[in-house]
Amino acid sequence: MRPFSYARAADVATAIALVREHPSSAFLAGGTTEVDLVRQGVLRPGLLVDINDLPLDQIEDLPDGGLRIGAMARMSDVARAPGVVQRFPVISQALVLGASAQLRNMASMGGNLCQRVRCSYFRDPASPCNKRDMGSGCSALDGMHRGHAILGGSEHCIATHPSDVAVALTALDAVVHTTASGGDRMIGIDDFFLLPGATPDREHPLERGELITAIEVPGWPAARRSVYLKFRDRQSYEFALASVAAAIQIQDGTVTAVRLALGGVATKPWRARRGEAALTGRPATAASFAAAAREELAQAETRPMNAFKAVLAQRAIVRALSTLTDGKA
Amino acid sequence: MSTDVVTPAAERGPEAETAVLTVNGQPRELQVEPRVSLLDALREQLGLTGSKKGCDQGTCGACTVWVDGRRVLACLTLAVTCEGHPVSTIEGLAAAGDLHPMQAAFVEHDAFQCGYCTPGQIMSAVKLLEEGHASDDAEIAEWMSGNICRCAAYPNIRAAIRTVRDAAGGERR
Repeated sequence: MRPFSYARAADVATAIALVREHPSSAFLAGGTTEVDLVRQGVLRPGLLVDINDLPLDQIEDLPDGGLRIGAMARMSDVARAPGVVQRFPVISQALVLGASAQLRNMASMGGNLCQRVRCSYFRDPASPCNKRDMGSGCSALDGMHRGHAILGGSEHCIATHPSDVAVALTALDAVVHTTASGGDRMIGIDDFFLLPGATPDREHPLERGELITAIEVPGWPAARRSVYLKFRDRQSYEFALASVAAAIQIQDGTVTAVRLALGGVATKPWRARRGEAALTGRPATAASFAAAAREELAQAETRPMNAFKAVLAQRAIVRALSTLTDGKA
Repeated sequence: MSTDVVTPAAERGPEAETAVLTVNGQPRELQVEPRVSLLDALREQLGLTGSKKGCDQGTCGACTVWVDGRRVLACLTLAVTCEGHPVSTIEGLAAAGDLHPMQAAFVEHDAFQCGYCTPGQIMSAVKLLEEGHASDDAEIAEWMSGNICRCAAYPNIRAAIRTVRDAAGGERR
C-alpha cells in the first residue's frame, strides 16, 4: 500500500477543513471499500481524515413518521433499529442482504452511498477505465460485462452501482443531508447519484470537503409493507445481479401508488418511474405487474453477456409485487 | 463511539509513529505507519498470529477480530484507527487456560480441516450467538456467510455453533 498521512477528526468542522485544505485527501469512514482500493492502488490519497468519532451515528424516528439516519450509523445498527424494521422493512431487508455481518458492523450509511463500483476493470489499475482514469477508455464495453449495467450506461462507462440499501432509499425518496464550509444542503437521492454520461469519474454532486451528515426518509404508511428482493449468484454475501425495492398501495383492487427501484442492473440506484407510471391506476394483477416490468426494461441496452438481466429484472419486479399482494395477484 | 480525548487535527505519518492499542485487555505500544492494517499490526508487530490473512481484501473472514466488542475484519481496518477502541483476538478468548465453549465445541465437532479459517470462524461465531441470529441452520449459514471455509467444514461448524447455543439455554435474544 502506498504511504499516506492520517488525522482523526473530533468534530465536523475540523474534518471538513482538513479535507478541504488537502487536495489529495479523503474522508475515512468504515473503510470497507476505501482501504481495499488504496491497497490496490486505485485510490491514492495523501491524507485520510478519520471521521469515525464524529457524533453522527443517531437513528431517529421523526414525528411525521419519517426517519433520520446519521451518516455514521453502521449498516448493522440501522438494520435492527425498531423504527426501521417496523416502518421501513425494505431498508432493513436491503441492509441485511448486503455484504456480511462483519462488513455491516464496519460500514457507515454515508459511506455506503459513496462506495465505489465493483467493476473488475475499475479495480485493476492496469486496465483502461474512464471512471479511474478519464479518457483511457472502458474495458467492459467489449470485455467481461456479465455483471454490468443495462440501464443508465454510456459509451464511457457501464459499471453497475453496487449498493443495496441505496436502492431502497431511492424507492422511498430519501434526502441526503450534507454540510460544507459554505453551509448545509439537502440533495434528493435521485440527484445524489449521477449517471456516468461523459464524466463517469464524477459519481456524486459533492464538492471537496462536503460531508454527508444524515439521510432522511419521509414518512409513508405504505412503506410498512415494503420489500427488497435480491437475485444473485450465491445465496449470501454477493452483489445483486438484479434486485428490486418495492412498495404498493391498493384500493378496491386498483393500484393507487407504487414505488419501484432496481439494483444490480443500472449505473445508479434505478428508480423505475416508467414502470410505476404504467402500473398506477391499473388492476393489481400479475398481468399488470408484468406489463409494468416490461415497460421499464424496454429501455434496457443489453450486451451479449448481460442480456439475461433484462429478463431477471422483470421477474424480480413481478415477484416482489406479488409478494406484497399476498400472492393474490 | 469513543470518549477518549483525541487531539483534533493532529496529523500523523506517513512515517511510523507510536500508537497504543488495547489488545485483549492489555495496552500495547507499537510503531506503525497509518497505512498498516490492524491485521498486519497484530501479526507482524505484536506476534499475535491467530488472526489469519486469507484474502487481505475483505472477502474471506479469516482475519475476523472484535473492535469495541463487534466482529469486524482486521484486514480492512487501519491499526491507527483502533487507538481508543479495544481490540480482541482469538488469543484472548480462552480464560485462564480453559478453552472458550466455542473453541471446545469446534474441537468436539471437528469443525475444521486445515484450520486456517478457524480463528475467524470462532471469533465470528461467538458474536453470532450474542447477536441472536442462530435460531436454525439457515439463519446460522446466512449470518456466518462472511467466514469462508475452503475445506467446506460448514456442517461441523454449524454443529459446533448449535452445541454452544443449546448449552447456553437456547438463543439469546
